[in-house]
Amino acid sequence: MTQSEFLEIVLPFKDKLYRLAKRLLVSSEEAEDATQEVLMKLWSGKKKILGYSNVEAFAMTMTRNFCLDRLKSRQAGNLKLVHSNFSDGGSTLQQQVEARDSLDWVSRIMNELPEQQRMVLQLKDVEAYDYSEIEKLMDMKPTAVRVTLSRARKAVREKLLEKHRYGIG
Amino acid sequence: MELDRIKIILEKYFEATATEAEEQELRDYFLSDGVSPELEMYKPMFGYFSQAGKERSAREVPLETKRKSFSYRWISIAAVLTLMFGLYFGKHVRDQREAEYAYQETRKAFGLIAQNLDRGTEKVAFLGEFEQTKQKILNQN
Repeated sequence: MTQSEFLEIVLPFKDKLYRLAKRLLVSSEEAEDATQEVLMKLWSGKKKILGYSNVEAFAMTMTRNFCLDRLKSRQAGNLKLVHSNFSDGGSTLQQQVEARDSLDWVSRIMNELPEQQRMVLQLKDVEAYDYSEIEKLMDMKPTAVRVTLSRARKAVREKLLEKHRYGIG
Repeated sequence: MELDRIKIILEKYFEATATEAEEQELRDYFLSDGVSPELEMYKPMFGYFSQAGKERSAREVPLETKRKSFSYRWISIAAVLTLMFGLYFGKHVRDQREAEYAYQETRKAFGLIAQNLDRGTEKVAFLGEFEQTKQKILNQN
């Protein structure tokens, strides 16, 4: 397979990989690294690519696994995360600034969800995958996908209601 | 009427039981300008989903670097082959040289033997003389 043939297959969903990675890792820089890593892995195993019925789903699963590994090693190796426990009350100014933009607010709400919910919500509502694709990607049972999705959407609604009541932004 | 319908779909949406078509309807509704003030609070949610789907990765895919390590592999294979051929032929040449030396030594040894043998036959010639003299004496008797 030549480089251009490979790119032809990969480029249509490259941004989806990036967005999923960013949803999990939050930082754009890390998301770019993860996307690159996944694409390089695909390129080095390019002979097998034609054997997969759905390269996009395969790449998305790779991205998901890669990012979860990243998060795990980050949690294991980086104690700075503990710090966020007590910085809660202090950053009100930043919170207010962010709250001004209601779309940023939703983004923040979404990134506070548990990883599983975040991913399902990303795949369903942002990338508009259908349920069967999400089941395969997440390796979850159909009911589990719906339950997770419902929880994620309700969690977002909850936060939006809170914000609505207090009238921020 | 329209609003009631939207509210029902919205409820199904949060239970994750809405169909794809219903979800699409919901998306279209909330991205339009005619959202009822009652449902205004859900607007950012759908607005964000549609906006988040437009974000793009800015980095190029650097596949070229893979090539480099590829040629390293071939270079190392070539190096190993050259080394093995070198050792093999080097041994060959050394063996040949050793054999030639052995041949020369053997020739020298044979030469020595031949020389000594010649000297031996010279001495044996005296024995012939002795025999003749003996015959002469025997004949006289």
